Amino acid sequence: MNAYYQFVAEVFFVMFILLTLIGSWLAVNARILMHSVLGLAVSLLGVAGLYFYLGSMFLTMMQILIYMGAVCIVLVFGIMVGYTPNESADKHELSRNMMLGLVTSGVAAFLLIVVAIGKTTWTQAVQTTGNFSIEWLGKSLLLEYCLAFELISVVLLIAIVGAIILARGGREEEI
Amino acid sequence: MEQIIKFIQTYSLLRMLLAFCCLIGIIFANAIVMGYLERKIAARIQRRWGPMEVGLQGWLQMILDGVKILSKQLIVPKDANRFLFRLAPLLCFTPVAMVFVALPISRSLYGINLNIGLIYIIAMGSINVFSILIAGWSSNNKYSLFGAMRSVAQNIAYEVPILLSLLAVVLTTSTFDLQEIVKAQSGPIWFVLYPNLFVAFVIYLIAGCAETNRAPFDLPEAESELTAGYHTEYSGFAFGLFAIAEYGNLFIMASIATIMFLGGWNGPFGFLSGPVMGAIWFLSKVFILMLTMMWVRWTYPRVRFDQLMNLAWKYLIPFSLVNLLITALVVKII
Repeated sequence: MNAYYQFVAEVFFVMFILLTLIGSWLAVNARILMHSVLGLAVSLLGVAGLYFYLGSMFLTMMQILIYMGAVCIVLVFGIMVGYTPNESADKHELSRNMMLGLVTSGVAAFLLIVVAIGKTTWTQAVQTTGNFSIEWLGKSLLLEYCLAFELISVVLLIAIVGAIILARGGREEEI
Repeated sequence: MEQIIKFIQTYSLLRMLLAFCCLIGIIFANAIVMGYLERKIAARIQRRWGPMEVGLQGWLQMILDGVKILSKQLIVPKDANRFLFRLAPLLCFTPVAMVFVALPISRSLYGINLNIGLIYIIAMGSINVFSILIAGWSSNNKYSLFGAMRSVAQNIAYEVPILLSLLAVVLTTSTFDLQEIVKAQSGPIWFVLYPNLFVAFVIYLIAGCAETNRAPFDLPEAESELTAGYHTEYSGFAFGLFAIAEYGNLFIMASIATIMFLGGWNGPFGFLSGPVMGAIWFLSKVFILMLTMMWVRWTYPRVRFDQLMNLAWKYLIPFSLVNLLITALVVKII
């Protein structure tokens, strides 16, 4: 019975990895801009699934809430205003030189990775690396890493102020 | 019989599947009941009869409508993006079904009990906007596009007061676990009776009305301006899925209000809140809230778009922020 559950869990793990990979491939390669953004959303969903496997349900939910529910929606909103469904980018034709370059760089990267993998001494992953409850997260963010947390909020504040300045300038020019 | 029970007990994945099928059934039944009630109540408020022909008082009308919708074809417009056009209804329905898993209907009747149940529900709710956007854009139709754009502006604006008002309850109970929040209200006083949380409750109801795209905030699907908004081009069961998801979202909104403010499955003064009576209390509170929303829908005219945005950004968000501050002070002092 346990082996059966193990199998199901592994199938889901592989599915999340495939989601991440396929999504990122789509994000880079799609000819319709909307498909790229949706590919990005799928890829982020896959990453959320990987967080779930690392044992943090909270981080999973935050990934979905922030990256899918906010970032991707703003991107989609921007694209919606500018593009209609029948506009698509031109297909990129690969010339012979580019093909050769791709093959050489691919082989070189593969060899490098093979050498790197051979040289590294691998340590086995720990079963559970710590207690990732919300209490722990809150305490470490607000007590231990307080300065980093506050600095990030300052960055966000600057982004908001910048957005307001950009938007105001645009409106005044029109009038 | 015994063998079947043993089989189900050993295969808990199968049990999960069974529970999920039941949940889908509940969502569909909810849509049918709510559709019928909506038509009857609208008729009552507008001094007409509503559906009367099929069955006593027309109670079979919605079921027959469902059968009719199943038999119709989904027509994909020529210029639409075929893949996304077909994907959108599914994307609309799936998060609704996923949220229903986490709702604590009674002490022992729930799908899963997460210690971050509230965040889970809100995260799944944010995917809903995606489906509206995709539906509106892929139809390649100006009405759909405008409906979707209005919808996203509205949803982004009203998500803030919803989160802030729910955060006031989270501060009071210091947990995201929905069962724990309900248990914290098992005394005679529900959270809605605290003055600061009553303000949060009112803000939540207004913002929730806007979040589920219901009148007086139904600008994304304003019939007189946009035919039907983002689902103008949809026919057949794809349209049906949008309607079902809309009622599902209404149910979720009302049940979050019930859990967070109205005591969840607790009876008044903790009276008879066992597993079975708890479910009855919970569902009756949810249905009373939903009927109130319908009453509001058919009583007030639609607001203008600038009024809608002003209400969110100039009134609801500052009020909920101040309310959150007061709640934090109260929690700190007491």
